[in-house]
Amino acid sequence: MSKPIRQSALHHAGPGKAVLLTVLALLLALPFAAKAMGLEFYIGVATRVLIFAIAASSLNLILGFGGMVSFGHAAFVGLGAYTVGILMDAGVSSAWISWPLAMLVSAGAAALIGAISLRTRGVYFIMITLAFAQMFYYIVVSLKAYGGDDGLPLTGRSLIASGIDLKDDAHFYWVVLALSVAVMGFLQRCVNSSFGRLLQGTRENEMRMAAVGTRVFLIRWQAFVLAGALAGLAGALLANLNGLVTPHLMHWTQSGQLMIMVIIGGAGALWGGLLGAAGLLILEELLSSYTLHWHMALGVVLLAVVLFAPKGLSGLKRARRQAKETIHG
Amino acid sequence: MAEPLLKVQHLVKRFGALAATDDASFEVMPGEVHALIGPNGAGKTTLIHQISGGLRPDSGQVLFAGRDVTHDSMDAHVRAGLVRSYQITSIFKSYSVLDNLALAVLARRPGTPGWWRAAVNDDAAYAEAEALMAQIGLSHRADALSGGLAHGEQRQLEVGLALAARPKLLLLDEPMAGMGPDESERMVDLLMQLRQNLTLLLVEHDMEAVFRLADRISTLVFGKVIASGTPQEIREHPEVKRAYLGDEELAA
Amino acid sequence: MDWILITEQALNGLQFGLMLFLLAAGLTLVFGIMDMINLAHGSLYMVGAYLAAAVAQASGSFALAVLAALAGTALFGMLLEITLLRRLYKRDHLAQVLATFALILICNEGVRMIWGEQPMMLNTPAALSGPVELLPGLYYPAYRLLIISVGLAVALLLFVLVTRTRIGMWVRAGASNREMATMMGINIKRLFTLVFGFGAALCALAGSLLGPLLAVQVGMGESILILAFVVIVIGGIGSIRGALVGSLLVGLVDTLSRTLLPAVLRQVASSEVASNLGPALASILIYVLMAAVLFWRPQGLFPARG
Repeated sequence: MSKPIRQSALHHAGPGKAVLLTVLALLLALPFAAKAMGLEFYIGVATRVLIFAIAASSLNLILGFGGMVSFGHAAFVGLGAYTVGILMDAGVSSAWISWPLAMLVSAGAAALIGAISLRTRGVYFIMITLAFAQMFYYIVVSLKAYGGDDGLPLTGRSLIASGIDLKDDAHFYWVVLALSVAVMGFLQRCVNSSFGRLLQGTRENEMRMAAVGTRVFLIRWQAFVLAGALAGLAGALLANLNGLVTPHLMHWTQSGQLMIMVIIGGAGALWGGLLGAAGLLILEELLSSYTLHWHMALGVVLLAVVLFAPKGLSGLKRARRQAKETIHG
Repeated sequence: MAEPLLKVQHLVKRFGALAATDDASFEVMPGEVHALIGPNGAGKTTLIHQISGGLRPDSGQVLFAGRDVTHDSMDAHVRAGLVRSYQITSIFKSYSVLDNLALAVLARRPGTPGWWRAAVNDDAAYAEAEALMAQIGLSHRADALSGGLAHGEQRQLEVGLALAARPKLLLLDEPMAGMGPDESERMVDLLMQLRQNLTLLLVEHDMEAVFRLADRISTLVFGKVIASGTPQEIREHPEVKRAYLGDEELAA
Repeated sequence: MDWILITEQALNGLQFGLMLFLLAAGLTLVFGIMDMINLAHGSLYMVGAYLAAAVAQASGSFALAVLAALAGTALFGMLLEITLLRRLYKRDHLAQVLATFALILICNEGVRMIWGEQPMMLNTPAALSGPVELLPGLYYPAYRLLIISVGLAVALLLFVLVTRTRIGMWVRAGASNREMATMMGINIKRLFTLVFGFGAALCALAGSLLGPLLAVQVGMGESILILAFVVIVIGGIGSIRGALVGSLLVGLVDTLSRTLLPAVLRQVASSEVASNLGPALASILIYVLMAAVLFWRPQGLFPARG
């Protein structure tokens, strides 16, 4: 990747090669460290964080970068999960078939939902995306053939290739890590591209964007479909991780949880999805080990973030950097 | 006899019982500077919205370069070459001046925008943005946050963003709005330069600027164009005088 | 078709719709005047139900329980508005959604901490536990008739308040144009705290009346909250008339479709398909309705804003 020729505040540069490689090395080594310390459980936790990082980053694309407050994003995660579950139930276990198909199904649903919802604005958009997600939820609940409310257990994990056994938590973790690195890398290029600039422009000033010739609806719709596809991938991975797909995956409270991740990590910040997923899931782990009523603490933390730190964790880093700059002149 | 570049025919727009645009018709010839004037409440802004594709008229037609663009979206208008600027400055306040213009340049590009190549490395786009900056006279403020610019500079950027769309006809909604004498002078100079390559349709209250710049003027009263002609003709038109009765600007 | 069953279900739909109206009225005013999405509205409904259940168990009097619920929830709502919700008016919708979502978590957990995980018992008052014969052969529970009467009375009260009193005029002014109302001298802040408290009381009324029919449990607010939002979108944000029409529409469609759809489907398809598809279709019908309204008439059926 070449260094940008010119400076622009709009370019999302990321933390730099040194930091990236260090973090990547640490993440790669995690299963070995966990096994050595007898804490294999945390490989599963880390896998969950990475999967939700993909899901939250996909929401960050449309919500943080695109300004579209979609309250139904969990539907796309759930659809991806159910695609894998239903295919496995029908005897198709190959990841090469079911995972891309999961992305396709979710992208298709996003294309349809987006085509209708994106004709609305503001609170109406929030409500209509919520409505569609609820529709999918109730449809899935009614599918008695696939477990209805109780959900559908998976007979195993998807098959990738001989030599990689996804039932081994460490192998699964590395596959998920590879995918999340690919997704984050792709999203970085995407938000810095012309497409990304135009998308963020529509968030900043939609009227002006139309007045300079942007096909606003088309740009937003494309972003919406892309986000849906990535959420579908997260869903496929989640189905494998949980060994079970339930309608609860699509419940509007799950959409709320994804939104919480985006706001905690930083909406419109490059690593907002990753930081938010890590932040929320680690917070949940910590809080639930202290008290049964950890939802209360979570609510208080979320409220505090919204009221006092609206830019989330990414904002804190930026604030510290700005403070340093003022001190050093 | 040349064909008019813009032909507005019998436009009507009602809001409830009020006809904001009441059978308005006029023409703009290619290469001219055409001014649209009228007392407050005449419906100039509503008319501009309809011409630029921001509002759908109830009936009537807008023909641009021979094509019927009445029901086209705003971005379709822009692609055809009919671009507007806003009376209330509408820029990207948290972006630098250069980034503002680069964004407009990227938006105008035909075809689907790429998902891979970093926009910041797009030399062609930034070169075009820099040329625009020079044209509007803001090169010395390239990296300044546009939200922090002086009002007059923001209005210049406003015109610059419209120019980025490579218009054939530039529709300027009160470009001099809120400007003091120095800033107005700079804007008039800019418009004088632009008229060499563009057709301009100007909505303005500043009568001095209008009479200096305009080749022809149309007067809008209660949503209807009551007169269209040279500045001299308009100045002497009895109905125009009646509409402005008591208005000191026209008396000057 | 069994007309007794249909009439019964229609009355149930009316009853549910009227209770939904109690929530929707408060919600639409909050939204209309302050442009705020308040997800915690359902939590006020839950708090009302719990207060009613607690007081009913302690005192044995249903009437006292309802009054206590009204007063307590109104107070709670006004406190919430003054300390917390006020800071959200100037924020964007996303911030409001997340902050009030946080409130849902806090309220749910708070209720769990005070009253425990198990649903609470709230019994129908003994005097109203029997059926009433409305027409020969048509029996309907007395309690549900009470709910319908209370609902209609409140609708009438609201209509009188909003159209015939000065306060009502201020509220309508605030809902249709907040800035203008402020400039005309209406103390929007104080008006709003009152409106919010009143809306909270309406929630509590719905919660305490529905308590004996549905379960008084943690999380009961969420499902009805979504329906309330559907109602105000269909009816038109800021419009009480819209909230009434929307609630009745949603209440009737939801209740009747659950009975009628499976029956209709059984005529044209196998009974297995009917029993699977019927409930699913009934559930999504309201959302389809809302999506249709949003698509064709996004301001709703009776938009308050000009």
